[in-house]
Amino acid sequence: MTERPCADNAVRTALSAHDPSWRGAARVPRGLRIALLLAPALTVVVVLFGGGLAQALAQSLGYQPFLPARPLGLDAYRALWADPAVRASVGLTLRIAVLATAAAAVLGVGAALLVRSLGRSRTAFAALLQVTLPLPHIVAALAMVLLLAQSGALSRVATAAGFVDAPAAFPALTQDGFGWGIIASYVWKEAPFVGVVVLAVLSSGVAELEDAARALGAGAWQRFRHVVAPVIAPAVGATSVLVFAFTVGSYEVPFLLGRPFPATLPVVAYQRFRDPDLAARAPAMAIAVVTAVLVGLCALAYLALADRLRGVRVGEVAR
Amino acid sequence: MRRAVGSGLLAVGLLAPLVPLLLWAVAGEFRYPALLPELSGRGVRLVLDPAVRDALLTSLGIASAVAALAVVLGATAGRALGLYTFRGKRLVQFLLLAPAIVPTLAVTLGIQIFFIRYGLADSVTGVVVVQLIPTVPYVSLVMAAAFAGLDVDAEDAARVLGAGPVRRLLLVTVPAVRPGLVVAALFAFLISWSEYILTLLIGGGTVRTLPLLLFAAIGSADLPAAAALSLVIALPPLVLVALTSRLLTGRTPAVVGFGRL
Repeated sequence: MTERPCADNAVRTALSAHDPSWRGAARVPRGLRIALLLAPALTVVVVLFGGGLAQALAQSLGYQPFLPARPLGLDAYRALWADPAVRASVGLTLRIAVLATAAAAVLGVGAALLVRSLGRSRTAFAALLQVTLPLPHIVAALAMVLLLAQSGALSRVATAAGFVDAPAAFPALTQDGFGWGIIASYVWKEAPFVGVVVLAVLSSGVAELEDAARALGAGAWQRFRHVVAPVIAPAVGATSVLVFAFTVGSYEVPFLLGRPFPATLPVVAYQRFRDPDLAARAPAMAIAVVTAVLVGLCALAYLALADRLRGVRVGEVAR
Repeated sequence: MRRAVGSGLLAVGLLAPLVPLLLWAVAGEFRYPALLPELSGRGVRLVLDPAVRDALLTSLGIASAVAALAVVLGATAGRALGLYTFRGKRLVQFLLLAPAIVPTLAVTLGIQIFFIRYGLADSVTGVVVVQLIPTVPYVSLVMAAAFAGLDVDAEDAARVLGAGPVRRLLLVTVPAVRPGLVVAALFAFLISWSEYILTLLIGGGTVRTLPLLLFAAIGSADLPAAAALSLVIALPPLVLVALTSRLLTGRTPAVVGFGRL
């Protein structure tokens, strides 16, 4: 990650005497060059993302752009705290995010270990694992509606098998209060995501280490606990953080598969935002800020884990 | 034996949810508790409808514009992150990471009023601009990894041999980081392609992309139409990712994009 010395300084000086482009390159100081390189992307992030966040915060405190000034205050946050709908929403959002993330992590690791252990069919299953990855979440959500709804495919199969006799007798898995449909949709998309990343880590020389451990007398559990787990842990952690952040902040899936009440935080924020009464703006923004802070913390956690993911090389573990 | 059961379960778990989607796309009458629908060409005909064609073109145009702009605006930051260490690098990484992994509804609610004020609301331009929020940082992160593997000596060699800045860029740098560029552009395209709520928020329903049509079809409980539309939306990502799967190993930061499609 460090800057590589381009050429010997003496060579550079000698060259710059003849070639104007050398002098040109040398004349832009290093710090300025880095700043110029970063400028376009950071402008987008600071103006649109940072600006959006600052505006959400200001408007949650009562500021109204292009309207006469009002006294600012924490009323919206106090109202949120007291609002049972918002409390239910926080509970639902966290429940969905935690369960979906945990299930995706466990199933993803399981799938990766399974695919790795396969013989000839390994390539086919590794490819199969990637099928749901590029599907947009909205398509996954619709697939879950058609599969899990009370008149959906599973319910029909259950009827054909004689388990239930009417749609109403089938458990409500979509538009339900618990969020099963939402969780199922996320897990279907994100478990393969965890699986693909873990499989890539596993195929980078872990097998040799396991053979060595086996030769030294380690059992299956010991090999998993002391060889495989430390190698895949950063990858599992990093992908889990991404999944968690997405499930907290996403709108489409809970909108399609959930109820209007209780709804997840982004859905409630958008509901309030669409309210023609401008007084609903501040609470909407406050919910948006809370959501953004939650996922921002996830980004910090991901950075820490991603560093370890890059840092861990199988060779280092072996040493 | 356990392995066979496991791989069977895995295949069913991955593929079974697609079956109802495919059935509904070709369904006419499909009442409970029928297991199979009466076949109908309605879904296919609907996909060929002018409204869908227009939405397809709108989606393609917006996603292509977003991908091109995101690569142009995001790639240079990747060079800075991939080749240099500097003070504040962690902060820059965080600033770029947050919008790349966070669904951006939360921050877009606050600036929607400015899009209205400056005439960007209800327009394709506004939708393209708002979709730069997740895509530009994403491109930067992917390109940081690509540039980290760049051999700067090759650029210097070209310079010594007399190549100007443009030729160095086109003949040395771009070919060297090309896999990263392809993946970055691909995912910027796909993130834009599958975006719904930002398009609705800024486009106000007048910019009608395919996901907006899909939500309308679901809203009116027209399941064959919704299923057919969702296949149209799903097909380009499946094909594009299959074509580039060689470049997508689980170790590149590019796969972060899969987490948020």
